[in-house]
Amino acid sequence: MKTCLLVDDSRVIRKVARRILEDLGYEIAEASDGLEALAWCRAAMPDVILLDWNMPVMNGLDFLRTLRAEPGGDGPKVVFCTVESHPDRIREALAAGATEYIMKPFDGDIIAAKFEMAGLA
Amino acid sequence: MTPEDIQLVVALCKARAGLKVDPAKTYLMESRLAPLARREGYNSIEDLIAGLKQRREEPLIWALVEAMTLNETAFFRDRAAFDQLRDEILPTLTRMRGPEPIRIWSAACATGQEAYSVAMIAEDAQGLEPGARIDIYGSDIAERCLEKAQSGLYTQFEVQRGLPIRQLVRHFDKIEDNWQLSPRIRQRVRWRRINLAADLSAVGRFDVILCRHVLTALDDGIRRRILESLAAALPADGFLMLDAEVSPQDLTDAFRPVSGRMGLFARNPSFRVAA
Repeated sequence: MKTCLLVDDSRVIRKVARRILEDLGYEIAEASDGLEALAWCRAAMPDVILLDWNMPVMNGLDFLRTLRAEPGGDGPKVVFCTVESHPDRIREALAAGATEYIMKPFDGDIIAAKFEMAGLA
Repeated sequence: MTPEDIQLVVALCKARAGLKVDPAKTYLMESRLAPLARREGYNSIEDLIAGLKQRREEPLIWALVEAMTLNETAFFRDRAAFDQLRDEILPTLTRMRGPEPIRIWSAACATGQEAYSVAMIAEDAQGLEPGARIDIYGSDIAERCLEKAQSGLYTQFEVQRGLPIRQLVRHFDKIEDNWQLSPRIRQRVRWRRINLAADLSAVGRFDVILCRHVLTALDDGIRRRILESLAAALPADGFLMLDAEVSPQDLTDAFRPVSGRMGLFARNPSFRVAA
């Protein structure tokens, strides 16, 4: 079973995303900020990370830059899922190593479509 | 809606556009016609139909038929078909045509996402084949859909269905909460109102025709006529792209499937185009 790390400081968003991703067949782990997510990744790299941008402690972009510099950190596909929708922000995320990008609000169809685009079908 | 009103809607859709409307699905009719009634200044669907019976105005009849058409679409819908177009069909046609333009028609394009998906592929292909000229045409029966297509303006929800993020930032500008295709991509597509159920003999010649997610909504007899008209609009080495739900062989001998390619058809050499 493929693993997905859900990183979002909103418990509600994590709950909604968990339900969608479990339906897509993923085993889920959760983190509420970038630092907690790094700890998960250092223990075991997931196949995919659904990543919020604005979070306390460590934001999504800083997490992604740190992850990509870690040994094995280029492995997981990273799909941003955030309210940030300015094209410059999206380019910044792609330059940092994001695979795909979802602008909130999202639904199950959008997550499924974006995961397919990220090569996760 | 009264049974007579329902029958009138069913009959108009069939006569004007070959559109099959299930009279049992009154909820579907009501959900499509209520916004039209409001837009046209009627208090209810019943008033709209009464007005239509009274005045028999062509624009209102067409607005009703258009409201009943399916407009479901997405960028790069059925991704494999677009991969095929980019990786196999366009390179093959480019080699065969040389400097001659390759003409691609997105028939029944609804709000334009299919035609623009082709345009984005053509734009990217231009870098690989600098001499190639690809002309793209989008058509639909619904004027309102074509107006939206021409604007190239889509909601955030629409751009997230099927459009990879790199294509979004490369080809779109953010306009408040919406996204608009760049003038460069918009200028690649020419739009025209075409009713596929009407006479298509003057439609022109195309190297590739995309006719996806529309034929199953149409009456069997009309479907056959459309397929044969599309065969007449294709050269012998052209391609017809359909969705997985349509098997043209069940309706006509105008097409043969291209071996191993889901949804891809070529004109049958034995098919005689009517003079």
